[in-house]
Amino acid sequence: MNAFDYEAPQSVDEAISLLSAGNGNIGILAGGTDLIAQLKEGRKIDLMLDLKRIPEATALSFDEDSGLSFGAATPCSQIYGYDVVQSRYPALVDCTSLIGSIQIQNRGSIGGNFCNASPAADTPPAVIVLGGTCRIAGPNGTREVAAEDFFTGPGQSVLQSGEFLISIQVPTPAANSGAFFLRFIPRNEMDIAVANAAASVVLDSEKTTIQEARVAIGAVAPTPLLVADAGAALVGKAVDDEDAIEAACAASRAAARPISDMRGTIEQRIHLSGVLTRRAIQGAIQRAKES
Amino acid sequence: MPGKVHVTTTINGESVEFLCEPRQTILEVLRDQLDLTGTKEGCSNGNCGACSILVNGEVIDSCLMMGVEAEGQELTTIEGVASADGLHPLQQQFLEHAALQCGICTPGFIVAAKALLDQESNPSEERIRLYLAGNLCRCTGYDKIVRAVQDAASEMAE
Repeated sequence: MNAFDYEAPQSVDEAISLLSAGNGNIGILAGGTDLIAQLKEGRKIDLMLDLKRIPEATALSFDEDSGLSFGAATPCSQIYGYDVVQSRYPALVDCTSLIGSIQIQNRGSIGGNFCNASPAADTPPAVIVLGGTCRIAGPNGTREVAAEDFFTGPGQSVLQSGEFLISIQVPTPAANSGAFFLRFIPRNEMDIAVANAAASVVLDSEKTTIQEARVAIGAVAPTPLLVADAGAALVGKAVDDEDAIEAACAASRAAARPISDMRGTIEQRIHLSGVLTRRAIQGAIQRAKES
Repeated sequence: MPGKVHVTTTINGESVEFLCEPRQTILEVLRDQLDLTGTKEGCSNGNCGACSILVNGEVIDSCLMMGVEAEGQELTTIEGVASADGLHPLQQQFLEHAALQCGICTPGFIVAAKALLDQESNPSEERIRLYLAGNLCRCTGYDKIVRAVQDAASEMAE
């Protein structure tokens, strides 16, 4: 590993000062499961900026009005271990509990997963369908970006020089709502998604009609995708309307623009986008019925 | 050339201070500076779990943590698992079951299994297999390891 300096600022302001000071290439450290691995593979930085001494960056809290908030460096295991997440945000348990091993989940964070911006990242689809918002700190204060607008390309996000992701907010789930995430991998555990998908639905009080729906897919385009047409195909339709669900699946297949690589082909990924969309919708409806 | 950083931490219950370069992982510090060579380097990229240690009771891969991050934390390595009274039940059961051959993965397995049993006294076989999925063993085929952890859990429950 090449030599670099290390700073662990204790406040957002201090971090912004360090980012603005012209310290060359800066690597922002949360859990390190991507950054440190990349440094070992030859990525060069001049300064490692550790976020974990900033209270907001490792926070985890919920309130009825503002919803769930977690820091950019709050590890996955803390998020899925939080009782409120288990009872009210099961889609976040789905995605955080299948990333890597327990060792990785104890270090890696949703914020880091966002900033690493892999097209195959497993946490963005769930955060997107739950309506999550990224809080970004920068020299001119903080700004908020919808989770689906955070990604701009493989390894690329809306973060500008001098900015960093501080936390992510996820609204309180509506009554009669449910969300679900799943991925396809050729083995049982410890793999990178060939394709993944998440869905959220809000049902009417009878729990027979879909009032709102969001669908997001991953690993099938340069960024995770919110498939607005898939959600729209479900709105106003009965929960058992097969034609509506098939229309949503078709929308996901149409939105997917994957590549062929060692994990899967274009054809397989387009097919999977439809299959996983169906299963995510069915899972979300089931959870909404049980809510 | 960045200077060395002074780090104060707790390792196996003892206060420890060391100087390290920011680019050194805690695995390198443990093995090369503190002579705690029980923690093994395997893949060095977070896949194999041979370098597992506990940080504040949670198991992590020490190859993916910087030495400077240890400031103010409580670390447990394989050297801290046995007590003055003798081997930890996990260590004893690994011996009883011959749950190792070459032994390189063993410290990581024992440390990870300790984290599990410290948090859950009676995990199912499925839970043990899932929890230890981040620890790879090319010798045993895992069954003996799982049985050793199950028997250690039973022994600790007595």
